[in-house]
Amino acid sequence: MKTFTKLMTSGLLALGLAAPAVAQDDPLQVGFVYVGSIGDLGWTHEHDQSRLAMQEHFGDAVETTYVENVPEGADAERVLTQMALSGADLIFTTSFGYMDPTNNVAARFPNVMFEHATGYRRDTPNMSTYSARFYEGRAVMGHIAGNMTESNIVGYIGSYPIPEVIRGINSAFIHARAVNPDVEFRVVWAYTWFDPAVEAEAAQALIDQGADVILQHTDSTAPMTVMQDAGVIGFGQASDMGQFAPTPRVSAIIDNWAPYYIARTQAVMDGTWESMDTWGGIGSGMVRIGEMTDAIPAEVRASAQALADSIASGEHHPFTGPLNRQDGTPWLAEGEVADDGTLAGMDFYVEGITAEIPN
Amino acid sequence: MGIDPVTVIAALIVASTPILLAAIGEMVVEKTGVLNLGVEGMMVTGAVMGFVTTVETGSPTLGFVAGMASGMALSLIFGLLTQLLLSNQVATGLALTLFGLGLSALLGVGYPGATLPPVADPFPAAMADIPVLGPILFGHSLVTYLSVVLVAAVWFVLGFTRTGLIIRAVGENHDAAHALGYKVIRIRLMAIMFGGACAGLGGAFLSIVRVQNWVDGMTAGAGWIALALVVFASWKPWRVLLGAYLFGGITALQLRLQAAGISIPVEILSMSPYVITILVLVIMSSDRSRAALNAPAALGKVFHATG
Amino acid sequence: MLTLEKRPTPSRGWTLATPVLAVVLTMIAGGLMFALLGKNPVEAIRIIFWDPVFNTQFASYTRPQLLVKAGPLILIAIGLSLGFRAGIWNIGAEGQYIMGAIAGAGFGLAFYPSDSPLIFPGMIVAGALGGWAWAMIPAILKTRFRTNEILVSLLLVYVAEKILASAATKFLRNPEGHGFPGSRNLARIDSMNNPELISGTGMHWGVVLAFIAVIAAYVLLNRHLLGYQIKLAGQAPRAARFAGVNPNRLVVMCLGASGALAGLAGLFEVTGPAGQISIDFNVGYGFTAIIVAFLGRLHPIGILLAGLIMALTYIGGELAQLMLQIPAPAIQAFQGMLLFFLLALDVLSNYRIRIKSEGVA
Repeated sequence: MKTFTKLMTSGLLALGLAAPAVAQDDPLQVGFVYVGSIGDLGWTHEHDQSRLAMQEHFGDAVETTYVENVPEGADAERVLTQMALSGADLIFTTSFGYMDPTNNVAARFPNVMFEHATGYRRDTPNMSTYSARFYEGRAVMGHIAGNMTESNIVGYIGSYPIPEVIRGINSAFIHARAVNPDVEFRVVWAYTWFDPAVEAEAAQALIDQGADVILQHTDSTAPMTVMQDAGVIGFGQASDMGQFAPTPRVSAIIDNWAPYYIARTQAVMDGTWESMDTWGGIGSGMVRIGEMTDAIPAEVRASAQALADSIASGEHHPFTGPLNRQDGTPWLAEGEVADDGTLAGMDFYVEGITAEIPN
Repeated sequence: MGIDPVTVIAALIVASTPILLAAIGEMVVEKTGVLNLGVEGMMVTGAVMGFVTTVETGSPTLGFVAGMASGMALSLIFGLLTQLLLSNQVATGLALTLFGLGLSALLGVGYPGATLPPVADPFPAAMADIPVLGPILFGHSLVTYLSVVLVAAVWFVLGFTRTGLIIRAVGENHDAAHALGYKVIRIRLMAIMFGGACAGLGGAFLSIVRVQNWVDGMTAGAGWIALALVVFASWKPWRVLLGAYLFGGITALQLRLQAAGISIPVEILSMSPYVITILVLVIMSSDRSRAALNAPAALGKVFHATG
Repeated sequence: MLTLEKRPTPSRGWTLATPVLAVVLTMIAGGLMFALLGKNPVEAIRIIFWDPVFNTQFASYTRPQLLVKAGPLILIAIGLSLGFRAGIWNIGAEGQYIMGAIAGAGFGLAFYPSDSPLIFPGMIVAGALGGWAWAMIPAILKTRFRTNEILVSLLLVYVAEKILASAATKFLRNPEGHGFPGSRNLARIDSMNNPELISGTGMHWGVVLAFIAVIAAYVLLNRHLLGYQIKLAGQAPRAARFAGVNPNRLVVMCLGASGALAGLAGLFEVTGPAGQISIDFNVGYGFTAIIVAFLGRLHPIGILLAGLIMALTYIGGELAQLMLQIPAPAIQAFQGMLLFFLLALDVLSNYRIRIKSEGVA
């Protein structure tokens, strides 16, 4: 077991340093555990791009390593343990299903810092959690969709009915309705994280039902291809999907973890790392809005940018009352904003959405 | 809330093309008595090589050829192992899937997100605009038509030619076929390569036409569905087509029912393509007046010529 | 021209030597691939085959993990091998694995927060029944309607995956999980926990059962009438019929046994190493077990060894990714190569290579 590092950290601890800092000539070891393949062009790809950006930022001061295609559960726990044993100082685990394995391993390696994406459990002081407020980006997409639709039918491709996806649907819908009271959302659940053929089929189904703007919460570009053929518009998801610009991809919602990875790695170096929960949005750069193309009318581009800016500055919260739940019961009063707890576990639609959440 | 049957039919024809191609190829392989469970591996390799070649040469046609060639190359590994070295077919096929998924991801590094040239459709757009018939008959890419032609060709060759007779003889009783002087191993190798080419073409269709992108593991189980379809079809070419269209049709329909907001639980809808395929097969296979299961008698058995 | 001549009995020497030869050939071919990827081939091979068992830094942890990883593979493969020997094709163990886990977890969670000592045994029974019931669908359809079990068992995997998603997001979702998908963590509930029995060994009840299954299958196949019937049905179906073997009964027995074992594998996984029902609970054990079964030549001892070899390449492959940044797909291709060589060289134990002047088809 990494005796050397252990001795060093205990020595430094004895010297009165609170966190396990390492000497400057010894590169900091940072590990990443990915649920998918770095070639998935979606979720895992974006985490890996951010890892590379972080690596570039620190140069020789940091060594990064990753293991991809790690199934959740027992395999994740094993890979994490091996990573910790091999001398990692900081480990990022990038899928919700790693929550319990990460906490388990963190409990056994108190000198290694762990960061779990999209979860909520921080059992030990060496556990942090982080996630992105993608719903802020969805608000901007919804605003554009509401303005651009002529059929007043907006399609939405969901993966599984989990809070993350439901939150995005709600946020997009609220902001589409705000600019277009006649807009309707049609939701199709693919019941898969990744199956380009089914995603393409889902887009086609929505188009055949009259949708002329489609938002997707699945990562493949397959729906874009269908949108291109049908002449409807959509938004890049996870990555920019710039090869489909200027249409059908008129803008995008991009995951950008690099600033966070840089900040947290720096914190370990400085000895200032501590357990915390981060939920970053447009303001912190974790969620980026991809370039809006000329296919969007100039005034809509301007208003969408203004909306993004006001969300970034904290002036506007996408879930601001008055808002009712789908069944008409009041949820948020005039001017009240949603608390993060409710948002994190969101399992209901807001009023106006006619679809039903699969039950 | 209405669902336009024309759009469903047009959609199912496109959606079914990859599995139809892979399934008709696998059916020929199984007709010679060989079970190749490596369809998924060959498809995904065809997908990546088709995509890479199209990106590099700018020619989708070359891409389709490369997809077929790479599927064929992979199938040749299977052929050499099972036919010359007499390895177990089930395990070798599964190993081929594992190998193909790994190899394809290695070959495709750097290509996800690359831009493809558009694939021209054989019929002018005006014809696809003809009401009802247009979208169903004239709105597809060349490979889709090819897949149907291929089914007809396989049906004809198997049923009405000497080649077909030999193929069936080899699949029913390889010892007897061998005794009659047929080159059992050579025939099987050729069938295996045909199957590989079909699977590779199906994969290339997926990456070049359907998704227009390469992503690791993008076949997402299509090869397994193709394998199931061969069984569904009781090794009959037109029933492969029927099965592929049934499966693709229910997938297309269930997503449309969702989009239309019909109040059937989504979980039920999303499992319906599998359940209905099973139910249809149960109904078809329970008809006792029909011939027995129709599986080639020598399917999966090792052939070793003595003497 | 080289020809093959069947040996009257498999060569003992080659049976033992071929796996070693296959590993050596895989090292050469795989090493070449790693070198092409710009990685040190010698180091890569050492990490994959040697380090999980002998590395001073890791091995005390990874050695027991070999059992944890191999356990479900062996358990499922043993069940499948019975049917495969009889010519009954259960390709859907993955689905039975899922349904065993859901049924077992569902049973336990229905009694939450009771701490009765009967809960875990009850979950085991429910897990076995869940897998068994899922396998009974193809069994009954085959015996009643002559529907092909390959298709039914395979497609039911997809159906089980949808039910799993539903369980994780709806009916087994942790009510205290803030709306996130996934059940309660069963490994953290005392009455439902499948613990590590001897600390540091990786032994949990599922691994114990896998060893018992190996022995039981060995006895069954060599000492029991049913084992004889299974072998006969596979080798000579007509003769089996004359010998009074009821093919329908065999279908029900074989599919039922493999389904129950797959279900148990799922149950022990969800209560131990995995801990909870989640959307992506299944990781392909049901399909990998088919490879394990054939790699072990459908023989219980062979399956035991094949399961351990597969587990070694998984764990060694992870280490190689971690230490050398060898991409996961390269590990997958490497596993494929190993299987190719193992399967191809099998020919040497059953056949003699002869040089002949005239070719044979």
